[in-house]
Amino acid sequence: MPRIKVKRTSTVTDMTAMCDVAALLLTFFILTATARQPEPLAVSTPSSTYEFKVPAENNAILTIGQGKVFFEVAGQKVRARTLELIGQQYEIKFTPEEIKRFSSIASFGVPVANLKSFIALDGGERMKPGVQTGIPTDSTDNQLNSWVLQARTATAEVNSQPMRVSIKGDSKEEYPVVKKIIDVLQKQKVNKFLLVTNAEARRK
Amino acid sequence: MAELNTGGKKATPRVDMTPMVDLMFLLVTFFILTTSISTPQAMDIVKPDKDDNNKDNRLELKASKTMTILLGKNDKVAWYMGEAGATAPTIESGSQVEKSIIENRKVADASGVKGEFVVLVKPTSGSNFKNFVDIMDELEILKVKVRQIDDDNILDNEKAFMKDKGIL
Repeated sequence: MPRIKVKRTSTVTDMTAMCDVAALLLTFFILTATARQPEPLAVSTPSSTYEFKVPAENNAILTIGQGKVFFEVAGQKVRARTLELIGQQYEIKFTPEEIKRFSSIASFGVPVANLKSFIALDGGERMKPGVQTGIPTDSTDNQLNSWVLQARTATAEVNSQPMRVSIKGDSKEEYPVVKKIIDVLQKQKVNKFLLVTNAEARRK
Repeated sequence: MAELNTGGKKATPRVDMTPMVDLMFLLVTFFILTTSISTPQAMDIVKPDKDDNNKDNRLELKASKTMTILLGKNDKVAWYMGEAGATAPTIESGSQVEKSIIENRKVADASGVKGEFVVLVKPTSGSNFKNFVDIMDELEILKVKVRQIDDDNILDNEKAFMKDKGIL
C-alpha cells in the first residue's frame, strides 16, 4: 500500500514585495512632510482640545514670548507686498533683491530701521541670539500696528480675502504682555483672533 | 562529509526580509504619527468691541445667571456669582473650577430667570497665557455658550480681594 503523500507548502513567504511597499510609503511620508521651519523665538504653546487647524493662507502669526513679539504673514507674495507697503510708510526704498529675500523669511522680529541690514544677513546669522530684539510696540512708535495693518492690506490685494490674526503665545507668558498685543489689534477693530495651541485629547 | 549537498544543485542565496519589513513599518508608523501631532491647533477667540458708541455692544447680564471668574497668580482662580462684592469670591485652583461651573449652571438654570448662563472671564495681571487658554478651553468643553473676556474692567474690590488672598 503506497503511502499517501501530503503535499506540504512552505510557510515561508517572500517578504521582498512587502519590503518594497514599506520603503515606498516611507519615502512618500518623508518627502511630503514639511520640514519644520527654524523659529527665531522658541515658544511652547499651551494645549487645548479645540480641533481647528491654523490656516495656511490669509493668516498672520504673532509669536509672543520673553516679553517680545515676532511677526509672520503667510504667503510669499503677500510678504513681498507687505514689505513694499512698509517701505512706503517708513520711506525706506527696498531693492527687488531685498524684497525677494524677505519673502522667504518666515517669522522675524526687528525694528524697521534695522530691516535692511537684517535682510542682508544669511539664514544662520539671523537666528543668532541678540540679533532679533522683537518688534517695537510702544505707543510712540507702534511698528507692530503698521505691520498688521499693511499685511491686512497686502492680503486683501493679493488674495482678495480678509486676513486672520493668530496669536502664538508662550504658556508662561504673563497676561499683561498678551493684553498689550491684543489691544494693538483691537485698535484696528480686529476683535477675532486665533490662539495657537497644541492638540490635546478630550477627556471622557 | 559528502552527503550534505546531495543534489549537487547550489541553493540560491535567500535573505530573510522579515526584520527589514518590520523596521520599515516601524519607521512609516513613526512618520505618520509625528506629522499629525505637530500640526498646531487654533482656538477661536472673540473679544468685545471697544467702540463705546455702538449700542449693539451693550449686553445686559442677569446677576443671578452671571459667573465671574478672575484668573490670578499660581494657577489660582477666584469666582463669584452675580455682582461684585455681593458674595465673597471662592478661591480654587484652575483644575477645580470645572465642577463649580457645572454646579453654578445647574443652579442658574433651575432659578427660572430668563436668559442664558453667562461666564465672564477676567484675566488679571497675575495670570499667564496658559491660564487664559485653559479656562477658555474648559468653557468650550462644558459648552458654555455665552462667555465674555474682560481684561479692562477689573474692579477695585476684586483687586483688593485677590491681593488680600495673595493671588494677585
